[in-house]
Amino acid sequence: MTGHTTAGAAAMCAQVVAVVAGAPLLTGLMRQVRARMEGRAGAGVRQPWRDLRKLLRKEPITPTGTGPAFRVAPALLVATTAVVAALMPLASTATPATGRSDLILVVALLALGTVALALAGLDTGTAFGGMGASREMTVAALVEPTILLAVFALSLPAGSTDLAAIVSAGLRDADRLASPSGLLATAALALAVLAETGRLPVDNPTTHLELTMVHEAMVLEYAGPDLALVELGAQMRLAVLLGLLATLAAPWGIATTAAPLAVALAIALLAVKVAVLGAALAAAEVCWAKLRLFRVPELLAGSLLLALLAVTSSYFLTGA
Amino acid sequence: MPGTLHAQLLDLVCGAFLLAAVVVLWLRQLASIVRAFALQGVALAGIAALLDGHDSRWELLAVAVGIGLLRAGLLPLLMRRALTAVATGPAPLAGDAGGGASGSEAGSTAGSGGRAGGTGHHYAEDVSEARETQPLVNVAASLLSAALLTLLAYAVARPLVALHPTPATRALPVGLAVVLIGFFVLVTRRRALAQVVGFLLLDNGITATAFLAASGVPLIVELGVSFDVLLAVLVLGILTTRMRAAFGGTGIDDLRELCDR
Repeated sequence: MTGHTTAGAAAMCAQVVAVVAGAPLLTGLMRQVRARMEGRAGAGVRQPWRDLRKLLRKEPITPTGTGPAFRVAPALLVATTAVVAALMPLASTATPATGRSDLILVVALLALGTVALALAGLDTGTAFGGMGASREMTVAALVEPTILLAVFALSLPAGSTDLAAIVSAGLRDADRLASPSGLLATAALALAVLAETGRLPVDNPTTHLELTMVHEAMVLEYAGPDLALVELGAQMRLAVLLGLLATLAAPWGIATTAAPLAVALAIALLAVKVAVLGAALAAAEVCWAKLRLFRVPELLAGSLLLALLAVTSSYFLTGA
Repeated sequence: MPGTLHAQLLDLVCGAFLLAAVVVLWLRQLASIVRAFALQGVALAGIAALLDGHDSRWELLAVAVGIGLLRAGLLPLLMRRALTAVATGPAPLAGDAGGGASGSEAGSTAGSGGRAGGTGHHYAEDVSEARETQPLVNVAASLLSAALLTLLAYAVARPLVALHPTPATRALPVGLAVVLIGFFVLVTRRRALAQVVGFLLLDNGITATAFLAASGVPLIVELGVSFDVLLAVLVLGILTTRMRAAFGGTGIDDLRELCDR
């Protein structure tokens, strides 16, 4: 029994390490795909890691007049995302977190990181920080119901909001994933993930124009190691949410035991799945334009409707 | 098991059918709305083809092919033709009050591009004809209304489904929801072509309800309804062109009163 627990804990640690080490690489890959498609050479996949190393060596500076909210936010962002990475059955459903990895808890932890960063943006007292925080909260308030409804739709066939149970049910019964309810919920979740990670139709992650910023406007005042943590946190969020999407939509390959070989294979498969998703997202972003901020509620109302249709259709389109 | 696979395919097609109606509500470009409607026609043909035809299997398949040709091919083609005729048609009569109103309406929503200069008026008007710029209920609210309408359809259909629960009848709320969404499009959209799409959504919903509840109506009734719809679209297409010639736009707000011009 203790052997199983140790193996499970090892699998959990492997997940967290994979997310922390892989997240900057994922961002680098997405930037590289984008650069190549725009006809640029690109900085290479490892550039985000080099940026992080450079930032970590710098001296920490906090603007005068900022309080604890500003100082705590980067660490809180990274910590909540790391906990989410540990909770999710990214590599194995037999980790010690099984039975505690409630999807609602995962959503709440991610929201905690968002709120911490928004408070930090307000704490700086600058105009852009407050504007970014207000926009981020607007988007978050619209995304949250969508995610919860999509979660509800996904948890109905499994009969539990526990992530491991949902993934195990998906592994056992792959037909569920191709039902209208599953497809609609996945689509709604994908839109919510785009909004939550500040990707293109909602927010432009590479913008240099303060008036169009959402996420970037909140973190304008960060420098040095704090900025490194904020960037790492944002990259980890992207990796974790894409991982969540891949885990829920295509759970194949996730280990149901904690055997080291199966876990290693599952992590390799996860990396492939997330890399494919990220590359597809980056390729799509080349063709998309940012939505006007006033159109964003329309998009999110659409994704809310998709999630609601997923829930209702799981009642009236139950198949056999 | 082939039975469950069949039911799953039917579910998928029904989901696509409902989704197409929602997408019509979501989009603004009239050309994209027509495309979504064509996809819905394909889904409707799929529903007809996938039904468990207890005695008249071939008849149902023939009906499915006919529906596919009419609703995914002919009607979208007619609407697209009306759309291009309206968008690039002859300029309206000079000094027309309706043309001025629709031009200024488009100018306010199309932003600086529409008001660039002397030629801006023409450009802005084209944009206003190709898009549903200002529906009576904005898009976010209409999406939420569609959610409520779907729930309503589910609630209304429950006693009907309880009579004889099979996979087809269980999907009955899909047909009712599309009927309600079609009504909603008909009520809230301002462009004449968007209203035509709303009317056709309503008809698609009625047809789907008939298929799901009773494996379709007799062939002769189906034929009659199809010709009726075709005729209605033809007449509406001509009417749109006439509206454009008389008022310079197809915004139905210009049709407040009957008058002899």
